[in-house]
Amino acid sequence: MKEYRTVAQIAGPLVFVEKTEPVGYSELVNIVTADGTVKRGQVLDTSDEVVVVQVFETTAGIGRDSGIRFTGETIKMPVGKDMLGRILSGGGKPIDGGPEIVPEKRLEITGAAINPYARASPADFIQTGISTIDGTNTLVRGQKLPIFSGSGLPHNDVALQIARQAKVPGSKEEFAVVFAAMGITREEANYFMADFEKTGALERAVVFLNLADDPAVERIITPRLALTTAEYLAFDLGYHVLVILTDMTNYCEALRQIGAAREEVPGRRGYPGYMYTDLASIYERAGIIKGVKGSVTQIPILTMPGDDITHPIPDLTGYITEGQIVVNRDLHRKGIYPPINVLPSLSRLMNLGIGKGHTREDHKKVSDQLYAAYAEGNDLRGLVAIVGKDALSERDRMFLEFADLFEDRFVRQGLYEDRSIVETLDLGWDLLATLPEEQLVRIDRELIQKYHPKYRKKAQG
Amino acid sequence: MKKSKENGAQGALKRISGPVVTAVGIDAHMYDVVKVGNEELMGEVIKIQGENVIIQVYEDTAGIRPGEPVTNTGLSLAVELGPGLLTSIYDGIQRPLEVLVDKMGNFIERGVSAPGLSHEKKWEFVPTVKAGDVVKAGDILGTVQETNIVHKVMVPPNAKGGKVKKITAGSFTVDETVCTLEDGTAITMLQRWPVRVPRPVKQKLNPDIPLITGQRILDGLFPIAKGGTAAIPGPFGSGKTVTQQQLAKWSDAEIVVYIGCGERGNEMTEVLTEFPELEDPKTGKPLMERTVLIANTSNMPVAAREASVYTGITIAEYFRDMGYDVSLMADSTSRWAEAMREISSRLEEMPGEEGYPAYLAARLSEFYERAGRVINLNGAGGSVSVIGAVSPPGGDFSEPVTQNTLRIVKVFWALDAKLSQRRHFPAINWLNSYSLYLDALTGWYDSEVSPEWNPLRAWAMGVLQKEAELQEIVQLVGSDALPDEEQVTIEVARMIREIFLQQNAYDAVDTFCPMSKQYDMMKAIKFYADLARTAQAGGATPQQVIGVKSKNELVQIKFIKDYEPALAQIRKDMEAEFDAVRAA
Repeated sequence: MKEYRTVAQIAGPLVFVEKTEPVGYSELVNIVTADGTVKRGQVLDTSDEVVVVQVFETTAGIGRDSGIRFTGETIKMPVGKDMLGRILSGGGKPIDGGPEIVPEKRLEITGAAINPYARASPADFIQTGISTIDGTNTLVRGQKLPIFSGSGLPHNDVALQIARQAKVPGSKEEFAVVFAAMGITREEANYFMADFEKTGALERAVVFLNLADDPAVERIITPRLALTTAEYLAFDLGYHVLVILTDMTNYCEALRQIGAAREEVPGRRGYPGYMYTDLASIYERAGIIKGVKGSVTQIPILTMPGDDITHPIPDLTGYITEGQIVVNRDLHRKGIYPPINVLPSLSRLMNLGIGKGHTREDHKKVSDQLYAAYAEGNDLRGLVAIVGKDALSERDRMFLEFADLFEDRFVRQGLYEDRSIVETLDLGWDLLATLPEEQLVRIDRELIQKYHPKYRKKAQG
Repeated sequence: MKKSKENGAQGALKRISGPVVTAVGIDAHMYDVVKVGNEELMGEVIKIQGENVIIQVYEDTAGIRPGEPVTNTGLSLAVELGPGLLTSIYDGIQRPLEVLVDKMGNFIERGVSAPGLSHEKKWEFVPTVKAGDVVKAGDILGTVQETNIVHKVMVPPNAKGGKVKKITAGSFTVDETVCTLEDGTAITMLQRWPVRVPRPVKQKLNPDIPLITGQRILDGLFPIAKGGTAAIPGPFGSGKTVTQQQLAKWSDAEIVVYIGCGERGNEMTEVLTEFPELEDPKTGKPLMERTVLIANTSNMPVAAREASVYTGITIAEYFRDMGYDVSLMADSTSRWAEAMREISSRLEEMPGEEGYPAYLAARLSEFYERAGRVINLNGAGGSVSVIGAVSPPGGDFSEPVTQNTLRIVKVFWALDAKLSQRRHFPAINWLNSYSLYLDALTGWYDSEVSPEWNPLRAWAMGVLQKEAELQEIVQLVGSDALPDEEQVTIEVARMIREIFLQQNAYDAVDTFCPMSKQYDMMKAIKFYADLARTAQAGGATPQQVIGVKSKNELVQIKFIKDYEPALAQIRKDMEAEFDAVRAA
């Protein structure tokens, strides 16, 4: 392989190489420094005059004397069955002291888009055991449902609880977890690893770790390696794969860093104008394919800078993903775990996975009614702050109390409490029963008579 | 139509930067389609700079090197129009996705081309003109029963026309000549039309017929006219997609063109699986039989996303030319604008607001201007109504795409995340939405629904407006502090919201509400309001009036198909209860 020593410029993570033979766009590049270290990079822009290489590792040690080797192929990921149970670096190298991965296939990490016509519609309800998800923001197989959180909130606990408890009731299919960490601290990573080991989840997991002190640019490829692995496990080996990506905010920061180094015209808040397309190329790699056994379900986690849901990162994410689970600081301060605020949370695929034949016929209506009643109670809190509780009407007082009850009993649950969907729905009914029956305008009379505790007891008694 | 010119000039690639590449050595014109690289990826010329020709490529460019060949086809980006369009599912450049699955499996690889229409399938052509007749551009020569929709085969709009020499009934592929004119012109069932050029019409008409959608808040309060334009801006999670799908399913347009532009794969799948199963309420046939879907999901190539809206509107115009009412949904035009931005930034153009290209407003208005109710070249009527979704970042309506769209469109359905959080669906804010077609449509409502409808609508809007004002007071002092009369106003407004405005897209009956039922429902609410007013004048307290139980039953009317007896009963019960109140 020809080695060039024609580095013209180095700026941030970018290396500009001149006088090369034709080099392919997106090609993998090896850079050999004076002391013999090999660093990896990728072609971002190629022309007969100059080739721009984005280096995934630190550029320390790279100079005009470094040798540049263009490999002639795009970045590929070696994948194999024995990846389960392994811990890899953010660049895909084993870091658990074990052997190299024996590749059965080498796959393009960019991953082609699934033909929308080949996709199957997600319909399998995943029970996470968390009421605020199962009951009101249901996750289904093949969905991408991010957790929007803020710094210092227990999103990792929520993600772990989901990874631990997630199952499709009544199904015994093979299930795997792909975990990709981008720029999280060693401490957070250890927390995840300890839990995976404790629960035995590690055996059926593939872990990619790019920690806070690892090169930021490597974060660009970490999620792609993880998703390539996930797609292999799912569509080649037939596993149902749950992919956890944390923290997507760090990924976007890395994207911005490269954009700035290339002196691109920035979009909102300095993030590149193509961030939507770029994020889509990650998030869209979830789903089910007609006639193929496995599935890829994604739970990306991101911390909203300043808890601002309109920040470009959560905003663009929300436009691509199928809903979001919002972790809320006020609930956390009240000491409620999991502090999931159902009001801004949403699962767009919920209706596909609930109801008769999936969960229970009353699911949708109960969920709508809980939402509506909680939203009303929550609004009244603002009013109470001004006029005091006594000025409220009887009806308003009931909704106000409902909101408190909802947070205390429906939202709050234990870190290891695994509620079945029936338990969650019945709990919802118990709470709704505190309201007068005629206030339950979103539920048909038929369902009320079947599931309302008042009638249930009568039927049993 | 095409500039098919001898063009031996084959050039070479000079630079590759994502979806934008530079070539030298080809003699190209703007918007010519070119084949890029050894794999012959499809691209389009978007800028010419001296000898540098800048091309946007519709497929992934990874691995392409400088020096690889570039060939100019000399043609503009065009779509194939003819029998076989309906029920099709295309990507942004009219490649049928089903064919792509057969050719390259479950994932979209590159370098595969597939024609928009089947060139093998034979269609039964029935002439409607005979030899000796004189036809001109746009005239209908014959028909093909495509699905339950009759496809009309027309003289291409840019043809000269003339006297028919020979026209044959029978089975033909789209490439075979069905009609020959005296001057030797051979006409097939296939037309090719460049997507960036609007198809010509004789005359544009004023929009004075509503597009009935069966959605109460739309038909009742904020109607769109046939041939009109509407925007649905909504922050994510506000039910935009569901609203658009409802429109596609239920609007009374004969043909639906649905463009999933940069949207979610799973949601497109929902559309793709749902549409074929959905029954068309008018014919009982699958809805798909009158639909063309274009799906370019967010992770498919960005340049094809840019092209997808043009592909869609050209197909819509083609059906309009046959005399059909077409509704076109573009979800979402923001993704389209972002594709423009992405490509513009790769071209290193001077950016306008928020990095969008300076020509954003011009492109948007050109697109929406292709809507309209028209008289075709052949003298028949037809319309294309365009409903564009906008996804303002952070729900901020002041951003350039929303603002430039609002300057053009006549109807604004303001989706509101707060309403959807409260599970008020469709989450269209009744205070911020508007329709500028109201005046033009008054006549239609008077004659087709009831002369009472327009005043009834105005009354309802008045109550809702009043409620918004009162709510501000309630926020400060609580509802008990309101005068008696206003307490009832609040109750009536609540009824309008919960009974009339809320509509359940997933309920078999409520999902479509005919105009006559909308009228009856609103009239029943007004009936209660009038009874309440009379009772209050007679000394009844707000508690007594609000306590009338039978009015709570009104909400159930939504879910009953043959609702008239139940509604009559409720009206009777309400009267009886008010009589009792008066007696007490």
